[in-house]
Amino acid sequence: MARNHVTTTINGDPVEFLCDTEQTLLDVLRDELHLTGSKEGCASGDCGACSVTMDGRLVCACLVLAVETQGAEVETIEGMADGDRLHPLQQKFLDHAALQCGVCTPGFLVAAKSLLERNPDPTESEVRYWLAGNLCRCTGYDKIVRAVLDTAAEMRE
Amino acid sequence: MSEPNNRRPYRVLGTTPLREDGVEKVMGQARFADDVFLPRMLHAAVVRSPHAHAKIRKISTHKATAMPGVFAVLTGSDFPTLEPTILSHSDASTTDDLKDISENCMARDRVLYDGHVVAAVAALSRHVAQQAAEAIDVEYEILAPILDIEEALNEETPALHEDFTPGQFVLQTKKASANASGFEMNIGEDQDAFSTAEVVVEKRYRTRCVHQGYIEPHAVTVQWGSDGIMTVWTCTQGHFAIREQLSIVLQHPLSKIKVIPTEVGGGFGGKDLIYVEPAAALLAKKTGCPVKMVMSRAETLRGTGPSPGAVINVRLASDKKGTLLAADLELLYEAGAYPGGPVGSAGLAATSRYKISNQTIRGVEVLLNKPKMKQYRAPGGVPVNFAVESTIDILASKVGIDPLDFRLKNAMAEGDRMVTGLPCPKIGGRELLEAVRDHSHYRTPLSGPRQGRGMAYALWFGAGKTSSVSMTVHGDGSVLLNVGTPDLSGTRLTLSMQAAEVLGIDVAEVSARVLDTDSIAFSYKTVASRTTHSTGIAVYQAANNALREMARRAAVYWDIEESSVAITRGSFSDLGNPSRCLSFFELAKLLEKLGGPITVYGNASPGSNGCQLAAHLVDVEVEVDTGKINLLRYTAFQDAGNAIHPDYVSGQMQGGAAQGVGWALNEAYFYSEDGKLLNTSLLDYRMPTAVDLPDIETVILETPNPNHPFGVRGVGEVPIMPPAGAIANALYNAAGIRMTELPMSPGTVLEKIKENID
Repeated sequence: MARNHVTTTINGDPVEFLCDTEQTLLDVLRDELHLTGSKEGCASGDCGACSVTMDGRLVCACLVLAVETQGAEVETIEGMADGDRLHPLQQKFLDHAALQCGVCTPGFLVAAKSLLERNPDPTESEVRYWLAGNLCRCTGYDKIVRAVLDTAAEMRE
Repeated sequence: MSEPNNRRPYRVLGTTPLREDGVEKVMGQARFADDVFLPRMLHAAVVRSPHAHAKIRKISTHKATAMPGVFAVLTGSDFPTLEPTILSHSDASTTDDLKDISENCMARDRVLYDGHVVAAVAALSRHVAQQAAEAIDVEYEILAPILDIEEALNEETPALHEDFTPGQFVLQTKKASANASGFEMNIGEDQDAFSTAEVVVEKRYRTRCVHQGYIEPHAVTVQWGSDGIMTVWTCTQGHFAIREQLSIVLQHPLSKIKVIPTEVGGGFGGKDLIYVEPAAALLAKKTGCPVKMVMSRAETLRGTGPSPGAVINVRLASDKKGTLLAADLELLYEAGAYPGGPVGSAGLAATSRYKISNQTIRGVEVLLNKPKMKQYRAPGGVPVNFAVESTIDILASKVGIDPLDFRLKNAMAEGDRMVTGLPCPKIGGRELLEAVRDHSHYRTPLSGPRQGRGMAYALWFGAGKTSSVSMTVHGDGSVLLNVGTPDLSGTRLTLSMQAAEVLGIDVAEVSARVLDTDSIAFSYKTVASRTTHSTGIAVYQAANNALREMARRAAVYWDIEESSVAITRGSFSDLGNPSRCLSFFELAKLLEKLGGPITVYGNASPGSNGCQLAAHLVDVEVEVDTGKINLLRYTAFQDAGNAIHPDYVSGQMQGGAAQGVGWALNEAYFYSEDGKLLNTSLLDYRMPTAVDLPDIETVILETPNPNHPFGVRGVGEVPIMPPAGAIANALYNAAGIRMTELPMSPGTVLEKIKENID
């Protein structure tokens, strides 16, 4: 069967790839484009480790077929820092020790960025509900929530 | 977070620098096991048994082999046949029979649990490999599965194995019946302690299988060179352990296996045993190509080792003033399909935080048709802590004493005799319980109806074992620290901090790596809360060795006796001429002229890492219409010995508490009547989300551990233990119902509420 030719934009760069119809966006990001920052924790949309945005909307890359990204704008963790300059959320995650093993961290960062773009002044409860689609097994979420609230406060200044 | 309660004269320890590996992790650049890509790499998939217990009659692989893109197929007959093999050296990677481990990796004539691997295939892509695996036809003769502890212990139940090597994790067990092996510990001479005691409470508890739930599923890539050298990239808590197990299971020399540890996406006791590694290796050998095998979430839940379910009988006796007189415990833990579960460590930790002069603790592990049970953070400790801490509250209430006062009155202290017969080492148990009593959380009244407050107290032992490090002081003054213990949570930093403390330099000057099995001397696994403690001792030695060697070089430079060089916090001076002084950095810059960079080593094998102590205090509110328990306020207290990096200590406390809360309220394996695991996704195996947890306040105490140069204690394991007991006790105080089963999910709580009304 012929593979599908897809033209899309990833982290601002025009990207073309060939994929099988059954391949997910996550499969293509990781296996074809070697953008391995998005992680596969479940492949069923339950853990959020593969969170990316597609046309500004927060999605699990494991639940999007790669062919659906034709003409779309995809943002992944690899596009979050500006060169060597970390996004404020990335810096605050480090400052607050909001990661231990670090495997869920890219997904949390992408999700948190998406929250702050919609709601620059979230309450703790809003942060917890927004991030409820991302599982972390190391931290108990406390330091992650602090890092997001602290970033929001700093970015509002 | 509260600051540690006493300041000590450290420059680096007790501060909160940022981790060197953090930047790669927040940028998505850190390389985990599934991020390994090699030229010509194939992908493997496995066939797993859909039955809990069956004979394998026939495996037909021809359809799979004929598929385009399929390179090789593997079954149990491709594995070397092993005799029972137990490793006896003190740093053995596993105390299990390696014959069992081999058969757990791939079934031979029988499958013993739903998800047991029966065949494997390597193909051009993961998708083709999966399709080929589905095309492998396995004929089974279904056998009756053994699914619960009571059934396994019934004399009429047939033996799961004709013969078995009894489990010996932490404590040696002896064969007790067809499907069980056990141990018994006794102290005290008073046979009549129970019959003469004024207050006796007896209660039976039941808990279920739960999974460690690391977010990164198991993944491995193996290359088998034509020179016979096997290179393995995998996410593991112990790459030397993986090397040793592969060597025996594949009958391949240790010197021809190189295991490269990748970043690890969580382990919690579940990532130190081989599962698909040998199959990937044999497929790599067959095909001559590197082979990658990544587990799905369902495979991780079905096919790796969860923590056992348990039935625990607790009998405690006290006098009417509330002094504990006797304890009699029976711990029945699932072993799963093969022996070697964590009942021994559960037995050791069952009562050790209390002084009780007469005790009998019987532990039994039971073979049945579930995955081979594994360690999970304080292995075996959660079920027994839930049982004993619940019973302590019942006893305190019968005696009429506040539960905290009851615990204080009976707290184990240095020199008291433990159930092992040994005297208790120096611990800060009393101080910890007093910290709970004096905390504002304990003193703030509850604010509404259906609310209750509860606590639980825990002690855990952890382990010492061997760690090796090497350290190079370069000519530019920077220091490379190489270690052999994988970093699961930030230990490269906590080890660098100890190095910097000794060397008298800034922690930013130390760069730490976890090296592969070819590049550093043997190190035991990152388990049992040991890395910051035990590898820390090796780092302390190496750093002191580096200072001594630098002093020797300074003596050469100044042309004086080595004994005339004084080392004081990062600088070297001539005792005979104190105006001659070199900083660490200045001397390092001279190293090129004085024999080159310095490389030194450290190696430690401490016997233990000191006791870890935790007390948790929780306020709950119960929804009487649904049975849901909401956590309103949570405070975790812990003795860290010396909190090297206080944020990392509190992170361990919060993370452990969160896992304990999941175990208490939601998590459990659900099996069908014929033994199929029903909840194989993270939607159905529901772990706590950010919404399910409150802030977890942490209070760190520091009673230095005499067996570490900086007083460090193990930290990681104990915080998972108290949540279940604390929540059960709080629920009782909120609604008057006593839960004796985990999880305390809304359905079970609601049932109990209704029973109570009737």
